[in-house]
Amino acid sequence: MKLEGRLARLCGYGMTAAADGYLFQPTCEDDFRALLRLARLTGRKVVLRGAGRSYGDAAILPEAIAVGLERLNRVLSWDPTTGLLVAEAGVTIGDLWRYTLQDGWWPPVVSGTMFPTLGGAIAMNIHGKNAFRAGTIGEHLEWLDVMDSSGTVHRLTPDSAAFRAVVGGAGLTGIIVRAALRMKRVPSGDLRVYAQAVDSWDQQFEVFERFAGDADYLVSWVDCFARGKSAGRGLIHAAWYAEGSPATLRAEHQDLPDTILGLVPKSVVWRVLKLLNRRAAMRLLNAAKYRLGTVIGNGKTEHQSLVAFSFLLDYVPNWRWAYLPGGFIQYQSFVPKETARWVFENQIALQQERRLESFLGVLKRHRPDPFLISHGVDGFSLALDFKVTPSNRERLWELAHEMNELVLEAGGRFYLAKDSTLRPEDLRRWLGPNLEEWRGWRRRFDPDGLLVSSLGLRTGLIEP
Amino acid sequence: MKRYERAIVVGASSGLGRAIALHLAQAGSTVVAVARRGDRLRELADSSPGRILPLVHDVTRTEEAARAFADACRMAGGLDLIVYSAGFMPTVGATEFNTEKDLRIFAVNVLGAIAWLNQAAERFQQAGHGAIVGIGSVAGDRGRRGQPAYNASKAALHAYLEALRNRLYARGVSVATFKPGPMRTEMTAHLSLRNAMDPEVAAAKILAKAHVSGEHYLSLSHRFVFAVLRNLPSSVFRRLPV
Repeated sequence: MKLEGRLARLCGYGMTAAADGYLFQPTCEDDFRALLRLARLTGRKVVLRGAGRSYGDAAILPEAIAVGLERLNRVLSWDPTTGLLVAEAGVTIGDLWRYTLQDGWWPPVVSGTMFPTLGGAIAMNIHGKNAFRAGTIGEHLEWLDVMDSSGTVHRLTPDSAAFRAVVGGAGLTGIIVRAALRMKRVPSGDLRVYAQAVDSWDQQFEVFERFAGDADYLVSWVDCFARGKSAGRGLIHAAWYAEGSPATLRAEHQDLPDTILGLVPKSVVWRVLKLLNRRAAMRLLNAAKYRLGTVIGNGKTEHQSLVAFSFLLDYVPNWRWAYLPGGFIQYQSFVPKETARWVFENQIALQQERRLESFLGVLKRHRPDPFLISHGVDGFSLALDFKVTPSNRERLWELAHEMNELVLEAGGRFYLAKDSTLRPEDLRRWLGPNLEEWRGWRRRFDPDGLLVSSLGLRTGLIEP
Repeated sequence: MKRYERAIVVGASSGLGRAIALHLAQAGSTVVAVARRGDRLRELADSSPGRILPLVHDVTRTEEAARAFADACRMAGGLDLIVYSAGFMPTVGATEFNTEKDLRIFAVNVLGAIAWLNQAAERFQQAGHGAIVGIGSVAGDRGRRGQPAYNASKAALHAYLEALRNRLYARGVSVATFKPGPMRTEMTAHLSLRNAMDPEVAAAKILAKAHVSGEHYLSLSHRFVFAVLRNLPSSVFRRLPV
């Protein structure tokens, strides 16, 4: 393997962090070993990239050998009676459901988009709209195979301490090469989805708690521009697996439409969004979305395919381009239920005070998880999308640091797949003694410190 | 000014190159400053510790440029912008024809530029990203009696940069040629220049437009005057006192 011809400009999904790296896409285990040798030979570091779907700088490192996983994408075994699937790390979440749904199985945890790889999903320990019920993806693994930086592969099971370090280890504790995932049996390819508009934070949390007992999925949109008594208003969707015909399990029932409202080709929608992607227009759009939500479908239940409900982000191809040229950051914090309202209320008040409101807010319910780098809490998360421009960049990072302070004060946590703003002092307070334990495992799997990412350096996950 | 995280400035030990390196460092860029004179570079690096990284290299040693470029990229941690600012303009007598001097002008102003910017062009072409800036001169717009080789070297640089621009535009790489007029630098200290621009002012103007492909003058009056001069017939131009 040679570096020549491999240079590529690589960026995080939010397009605010970018670096040139030498991109390789291995197809087998031996390719990883060859890349580790190449790194040693050329004195370069290796950054693991999955499908490059992390929002910030988790999958980039200047001048490093970047390892994409998309070509390591074989399903190695599938048992439709037990639901156990063994796959290489580059299989995407989309590949997973396409492979198993016709047999009545669905990935136990999916992100809001189907493009992340299994390896990336495990390294970031992703969660979905069922986080309060199913936890994170790491909790559904039977085992995983991870290659250390000497090229040796270790099979880790959930009862091992190393497993707790590698899941969620942000690709810095070895290369995940394959895993066995327990899929979730579903009665059909549809969900029953109930929508309810809520007019305040009080109602948000009240309705969430009402549904958290029995819903399979739960998510709410929050209007971050609303103030005063309307602060926290939004639209909650609760969903349950639905009974339905076997035909709903077919891919053609699941596939997303090519047009929006049957008219507008999806491929042009980002251009329209880009025109509207400014503060004044977004304030109006958020208000209009809430008003419409109180009129259309409010308090009603409808059937929706699993794909349509789960992968909202995939409805608009290349939606992130609406944030060009500066890109965007996604800021997600996880706060115990006792203090969540206080933190989120103050986060949004701070944004409004600085005139840096998030254009999109998404509230979810979570449960604790057992991993060393853990974002799960018995509480809530609020994900916020902020447009980045040359003139607001500095103020935005300041705002994020102030919001971090609120989260940490309330015993909250963060999620590395979405992070762009954490500082070493924030990370230390978040992870506490887990940080040293995790670093110990990193030293075991990568004693030479070959695996590095910009996120690892920025946050101090990797010791300076 | 657009934000460049990582930059290389070739010819950074004095004059315009130095001012550009300092300006970039002040704006938060990591800058590899390349020049022949190590003592000057170290002094420059000391003025912005951690931001300006010195790399000693003589641009006339074109056979060493590829290695030096690779080293510079490693030092900077990548590359977003390269500025070729190395230039040589010796005193030339009105009746002097000194081939050695003229070849050295070409070695610094043209061959060094090609050796460095070819490396950058190849890298940016692959990455689909980057900005190339070449410091030309209004002197390259016409062949004047005072500096035949210098005029020719800048004209050659302009044409080379235009060709790069045309090659790379589809790859998202910008190539900008700047044509400063008289400037107060060491290179021009032996000339009695009127209305010369300060390098700091020129550096700010150049970096503000570094990402804009095309040829740029640094003042509106230059743009106008040289548009006229470029189009004068030779029979008229040779009679002018320039």
